[in-house]
Amino acid sequence: MTAPASAPLSARSALSRGAVPPLLEWAAWAAAVACVFVLPSKLLLLNEIAILALFALSLDLILGYAGIVSLGHGAFFGVGAYAAGLLAKHGFGDPVTGLFAAAGAAALVGFVTSFLVLRGSDLTKLMVTLGVAMMLFEAANRLDWITGGADGLQGVVMKPVLGLWDFDLFGRTAYLYSLGTLFILFMLARRIVHSPFGLSLRAVKGNALRAGALGIVPGRRLVAIYTLSAAYAGVAGGLTAQTTQFVSLDVLDFTRSADVLLVLVIGGAGNLYGGLVGAGIFRLMQTWLSGITPQYWQFWIGLLLVVIVLVGHERLTRGLPRLAAAALRRLRGKADAPGSTRP
Amino acid sequence: MVTILFDGIAYGMLLFVLACGLSVTLGLMNFVNLAHGVFALVGGYVASWLMNRHGVSFFLCLPAAFLAAAAVGAVSERLLFRRLYASSHLDQVLFTIGIVFMSIAAVEYVMGPQQQRIVLPPELRGRVEILGGSIGVYRLFIVALCGVVALALQYLLIGTRFGSRLRAAVDDARTARGLGIEVNTVFAITFAVGSGLAGLGGALGADVLGMDPHFPIKFLVYFLIVVGVGGTTGIAGAFVASLLLGIADIAGKYYVPEVGAFIIYAVMVAVLIVRPQGLFARAR
Amino acid sequence: MLRRTFVAGIAFAALTAGGVAYAQDAVKIGMIVPMTGPSSSTGRQQEAAVKLWLAQNGGMMAGKKVELILKDDTGNADMTKRIAQEMVVNDKVHVLLGFGLTPLALAVAPIATQAKVPQVVSAAATAIITEQSPYIVRTSFTLPQVTVPMAEWAAKNGIKKVVTLVSDYGPGIDAEKAFVERFGKDGGTVTESLRVPLRNPDFAPFLQRVKDAAPDAVFVFVPSGFGATFMKQFADRELAKAGIKLIATGDVTDDDLLNDMGDAAVGVVNSHHYSAAHGSPENKAFVEAFKKANNGMRPNFMGVGAFDGMTLIAKAFEKTKGNTDGTALVEAMKGMSWTSVRGPVTIDPQTRDIVQDVYIRKVEKVGNELFNVEFAKIDQVKDPVKAAKQ
Repeated sequence: MTAPASAPLSARSALSRGAVPPLLEWAAWAAAVACVFVLPSKLLLLNEIAILALFALSLDLILGYAGIVSLGHGAFFGVGAYAAGLLAKHGFGDPVTGLFAAAGAAALVGFVTSFLVLRGSDLTKLMVTLGVAMMLFEAANRLDWITGGADGLQGVVMKPVLGLWDFDLFGRTAYLYSLGTLFILFMLARRIVHSPFGLSLRAVKGNALRAGALGIVPGRRLVAIYTLSAAYAGVAGGLTAQTTQFVSLDVLDFTRSADVLLVLVIGGAGNLYGGLVGAGIFRLMQTWLSGITPQYWQFWIGLLLVVIVLVGHERLTRGLPRLAAAALRRLRGKADAPGSTRP
Repeated sequence: MVTILFDGIAYGMLLFVLACGLSVTLGLMNFVNLAHGVFALVGGYVASWLMNRHGVSFFLCLPAAFLAAAAVGAVSERLLFRRLYASSHLDQVLFTIGIVFMSIAAVEYVMGPQQQRIVLPPELRGRVEILGGSIGVYRLFIVALCGVVALALQYLLIGTRFGSRLRAAVDDARTARGLGIEVNTVFAITFAVGSGLAGLGGALGADVLGMDPHFPIKFLVYFLIVVGVGGTTGIAGAFVASLLLGIADIAGKYYVPEVGAFIIYAVMVAVLIVRPQGLFARAR
Repeated sequence: MLRRTFVAGIAFAALTAGGVAYAQDAVKIGMIVPMTGPSSSTGRQQEAAVKLWLAQNGGMMAGKKVELILKDDTGNADMTKRIAQEMVVNDKVHVLLGFGLTPLALAVAPIATQAKVPQVVSAAATAIITEQSPYIVRTSFTLPQVTVPMAEWAAKNGIKKVVTLVSDYGPGIDAEKAFVERFGKDGGTVTESLRVPLRNPDFAPFLQRVKDAAPDAVFVFVPSGFGATFMKQFADRELAKAGIKLIATGDVTDDDLLNDMGDAAVGVVNSHHYSAAHGSPENKAFVEAFKKANNGMRPNFMGVGAFDGMTLIAKAFEKTKGNTDGTALVEAMKGMSWTSVRGPVTIDPQTRDIVQDVYIRKVEKVGNELFNVEFAKIDQVKDPVKAAKQ
């Protein structure tokens, strides 16, 4: 390094900017934990949201930070789910071990397939990822003596989390377990994307040729992030298998890959939060609408997507906080109003 | 053997007519239209509605399906899709998937979830012996009709003034505008023709592939495969890809039914590994 | 950006605050069926049947009001499981009903066991389902149950060589196994067993293989939505002219869709437990009421499964005198007999599976419509897979 002494310092500070969670984010995490007490009847749904959020986060790592589009991310979700499910079925029911196995299996598949995927145009990538996922789907259907085929994998029995907390019918353990996993992996993801490695990925995404001229080898970095993303998706799949104690073929289904892409795009790619926000919005809207009209809720979800695009993400993302602020102000106004029991 | 080959060709031809519109919008106009199957849905439903409610002959239902889908395509291009040509691919995906969801639910609401019935006229039923193989008359009809369509399209694209305008508009819209080409109109016509062909494919395919509200989702994957394998240069690639996939799929299922479901995906991945830009890549 | 998370939280609170307070003294039934996605027709039929049952019984069961909570699981197993769990934990439902596909029913089995809530399976038809929890009771059918009579009939009626063609998933494989085994015992040979991928748009190559094998008959199971496409291609390939008979389970000639199959379906011999053309007065009244309430839609075996599910639940509540304890309810359901619109049925006390008459039918044109006309009956068939184990 021949640069002046101050340069690395400022570079480091530039790197670490954004690597530290802002206050508001801590509040959000706290709120998520508080849900256990505030919304005890919705923990199962929240668990699903947490898992979907993690899954979307995994897609964000490749789509938002490396520009790799995928229509087959469900492949890794499915591999993780089957890995965790099979492990538990055959007597190794420790959840955390299961997650490592899920991550490992998915990472392996991700690493191997990355050499197929990371070439060609966006369309080629979409199609190859899709093809890989569909072949895995058919393979899981065919290998019914291992996977249970279309009947699904039964007999998944989980031990308590860390030997302490049993999975309960209310979904409390499941939710906290998934949320905890999401939290740890989210923090890790933030470290990674703000590390020199993460920044070099962005450089590759921006312009692979120029990044190459700077001495960044795009290929190897893309393989690394793709593998990591696969591992993340595998953990999400593993969580699903463990918390539902069942694995069915639809973990590998095309719609799962398509849904997670929608979730991420709704939330906005490339900032790590998008997947989390999108998962919340998508699942809540789906639950709410399908409660109102079990037959035709898809229409309204479709309309929502269309409106999001027509109005524009930017306007929505700028508009929503303003709305929220207004709502908060009104709430506060109410709380301060006479007759309020608050001190 | 002849029978299988021929079935494969017919299946491939159907895929081609269904997907060629997408290969133009996606390949040439660079617009990711996942709602392409909706136009096939329109065509299939218009045909079955005309036939079952109004007793219109099958041969008239086909052009009607084309026109109806083209009209829907033209209107929706004007009102909706045009705004998105400049958007990011991801926005296009979100938007068009939204359209798919809405149309599935809407069609289910209006027409119910069941399969639509298309009754073929007696002239198209039965089988004939050709080269020692027994071939369905309807499949023969499909091959002939789609073959004509493919030739006409190729001529339209390569041999006519409109074709060269379209290619110019695709290559560089700004310069094309500068040269006095009405880019918007060219795109609108292209989009409408592509939609119309999907509608025609929907009506033609209803008898072979079935037609229900979920058609756009069920076949989306196949459309994308055709475009992906064919590459983005235009319809020649889509044509070859459709035939290749159709024959591989049918022959694979016939000769090795144990792994029948894998074949179409395996062929696709294999092609894309050897030629990442698809069979017919544009020279860059 | 972060604020968005926060906003989502607020929206969420607003959404969930609108929960409904339920009357204490009602019978609560949680119904989970696929209402969207490829299996949505199952959900439609079952929903219509349950609503009809409620309308006919004044919305009451054993003197109590019935609260029906209907949810769409989109045919996705982890969602089915979550919804079932929420229904049990939050809504405190007394009985779960529905389950359109085998994996959906299996995913819920552990919850039924853990929460001791009866799970009445009114659609899914793989044999193993009722073995997965002592709280599962089935009112639909099992595929071996309707397949074995078909195999017997074929063997008796001069069919010696058969090719089987089934959809490649749980129920299809069940049907294939049952047919091959029974037909083999009765002296026939199955020369080839073809399995068609579930998401298969074109049956052509498989049918061509059947044609080239030139058997006496081809035995077919495909889930009901695929029946029409299959039938057309069967006719198109002229297998009948080549002397190949088509025998099937009644799923292929689903009453709801039969009319749309056109003349191609006429003459197909198949076996099933319910036909809309069943001659009993109960059925005539049922079909008429069902059509009237649903814009002319004909009831099929899915609808009947749900209708009988409601009947069974009601009878169990009557027997327990309104006791909502799950174990007591399942005990009450065991051995229950009644006259269904399909004929006399009983819940087998050992397996909790339904015991019913299975009919051999032939598709015929009656007036302007196509019907599965019953011409032979096998009395009180038990699920052969579980019967063999006992």
